[in-house]
Amino acid sequence: MEKSLYLIPLFPLIGFLLNGLTIGRTSKRFISAIACGAIGLSFIFSVRTFILLLNLPEEGRLIHEKLFAWIPSGSFQVDFGLLADPLSAVMILVVTGVGFLIHVYSIGYMHDDKGYGRYFTYLNLFVFSMLILVLADNYLLMFVGWEGVGLCSYLLIGFWFEKQSASDAGKKAFIVNRIGDFGFLLGLFIIFWQVGSLDFLTVNQVAPEVFAVGGGLITAATLLLFLGATGKSAQIPLYVWLPDAMEGPTPVSALIHAATMVTAGVYMIARSNVLYMMAPTSLLVVAIIGVATAFFAGTIALAQNDIKRVLAYSTVSQLGYMFVACGVAAFSAGIFHLMTHAFFKALLFLGSGSVIHAMAGQQDMRYMGGLRKQMPWTFRTFIVATAAIAGIPMFSGFFSKDEILWQSFSSQYGSIWIWLIGVATALLTAFYMTRLVVMTFFGEGRMDHHTKEHLHESPKVMTIPLMVLAVLSLIGGYVGIPAVLGGGNHFAKFLEPVMQGLGHEEAHHALLSGGHDSSLEMILMGSTIVLIIISIWLGVYLYNKNTAAAGKLRKSLAPIHTLLHGKYFVDELYGKIIVQPLIAGSLFLWKIFDVFIIDGLINGLATVMGDISTVIRPIQSGKIRSYATIFLLGVVILVGIYIIK
Amino acid sequence: MVPITHFLILSSLLFVVGAAGVLLSRNLIVMFMSIELMLNAANLLLIAFSRHLNLMDGHVIVFIILTVAAAEAAVGLAIIINLFRNKETINADRFSLFKR
Repeated sequence: MEKSLYLIPLFPLIGFLLNGLTIGRTSKRFISAIACGAIGLSFIFSVRTFILLLNLPEEGRLIHEKLFAWIPSGSFQVDFGLLADPLSAVMILVVTGVGFLIHVYSIGYMHDDKGYGRYFTYLNLFVFSMLILVLADNYLLMFVGWEGVGLCSYLLIGFWFEKQSASDAGKKAFIVNRIGDFGFLLGLFIIFWQVGSLDFLTVNQVAPEVFAVGGGLITAATLLLFLGATGKSAQIPLYVWLPDAMEGPTPVSALIHAATMVTAGVYMIARSNVLYMMAPTSLLVVAIIGVATAFFAGTIALAQNDIKRVLAYSTVSQLGYMFVACGVAAFSAGIFHLMTHAFFKALLFLGSGSVIHAMAGQQDMRYMGGLRKQMPWTFRTFIVATAAIAGIPMFSGFFSKDEILWQSFSSQYGSIWIWLIGVATALLTAFYMTRLVVMTFFGEGRMDHHTKEHLHESPKVMTIPLMVLAVLSLIGGYVGIPAVLGGGNHFAKFLEPVMQGLGHEEAHHALLSGGHDSSLEMILMGSTIVLIIISIWLGVYLYNKNTAAAGKLRKSLAPIHTLLHGKYFVDELYGKIIVQPLIAGSLFLWKIFDVFIIDGLINGLATVMGDISTVIRPIQSGKIRSYATIFLLGVVILVGIYIIK
Repeated sequence: MVPITHFLILSSLLFVVGAAGVLLSRNLIVMFMSIELMLNAANLLLIAFSRHLNLMDGHVIVFIILTVAAAEAAVGLAIIINLFRNKETINADRFSLFKR
């Protein structure tokens, strides 16, 4: 077969180099043409790869290109190779497709920014790294992409680095991610130590032979990999960086911190599904962390007033869902939700960006309201995305979320508790999204007079990507309609060759043969839908119809509201137990240990040497005759000793 | 035949004179000549024992020493001339550059 996989990451790389090397010397039109063109071409080749894969027989859907030997060092062999299978095909389509739309949107959003060229340079570098991450055929190359996206995330969060909070947020993201990367690397060490290779195909083949199922080593390796995933995908305990990452430009939040990079952890776990299936303990940990994060972040989102922060916590919460899916061994359900989430969350962020654009930078929802009249297209698309994330039937989020909830209930690794918390989170999601929409688009405008006069719909270059994403959010779920609703769940079938996971065969059999299961699934689904609709009605009632009741409720629940509004004070807690002791320890090391002990030792040694030298220096007087005298005396003494003996 | 002790005494005297010259004189040329004197004291001793024991080894060593001494004289004198060019003196105490 003709080798063309390498073209997919190559275009963004060229775009990055072209824009990066000519920064400040080219026109905005040129910059955006290069950047968007690169991603567009890459998208076309991704589609081509996808079609090539579809034309292959189901079992052999694999395109493997080894480009060159990257690290040939004795028994440690790593190739620079790219691998396209159904899993990475889904990922490259999402990355380049959503990425392209966000690039186009950015042309409008960043139009007046003085860092225009720098912005698109970073954005292309990001897409390049992300494509390397998802196309890599071994863990080490994946790690290169992993670090690359981390770097771009840092650069783009701190894009407006003149602002103290932005540069702090960038550093926070980088440092928190470093903790996760440390775990990822250690996990890789264990895998290489036991398997002797980091190649995905080899690892998947050899791992069942060298690891004992449920053994200590495989559990340690998978838990360490999961630590890496919690860093990148913002799960407890390392989620704290993602809400702060909203300091970056809004399209960046949409691309990196909602649609693509933060899902890298989910992708990595799905990619390692063979390993995870051998470590039930790790699966349980993944599921518990996932569901805990989903619920925890969902509650925080209830009480935030910054529109982007609500969305940020919502992202953390939805990522929790994906980990629940991985944790109950329904990896393809996780990837399914990853894809639909990429559509509707990118749309939500871009929509909020459009709102912020119109509001001249105002992000506080308390000063918004009534925007549906001035911004009809933003409003319409936003409603679609909200319906999708809330899980209204027939929107994409409904299918993926329901698949996850059902799997968390029915899978042999799932339990009713996970399902219950999952449903509770779904209700929270519906509620806070309703609150957001009502506060932003309905009611009376609460902005000041000046802003009100300048309200306007965003230019076409921004609204058209919104519309495309709205269509995707609407129909994106139809590739994976579950069997119980008469669908074929093509998505799970497509991913099946990669996923050893639950064995969707079995799940299907259970569904088709046992009528009990399928009616149970219908009941669960129906009750969830009813609860979600009640939750939405409650949101509308409290924030639109009867705002006095909302105020009363807030007052009567004041302690809880303070707790949620303060994000459970986790940042403060981390500050107290980690950051401050670290600073105090560093101060001790610097002021006491370094200054007194290290410097003291060195200076003391130098002083002692100097003193000794002062004493013995006169011996080397430089006078030849005194040397000769000492020399002669020495000879006489030696000879004298010799004779006397 | 002159007994060996005479040679020993003469050689010792020569050596002491040479050593005293090196230690007491400040003139580099005098020191240099004193060193030659010490070398020749050793030579004398070697020849004396060589004759006394009827062995040729001593003679050979003496010739080697003479050769080395000649070479050394050439180098040494060259050094002294250069020193003189630098400082216009050959007083050994004036060349104690290490001293602070």
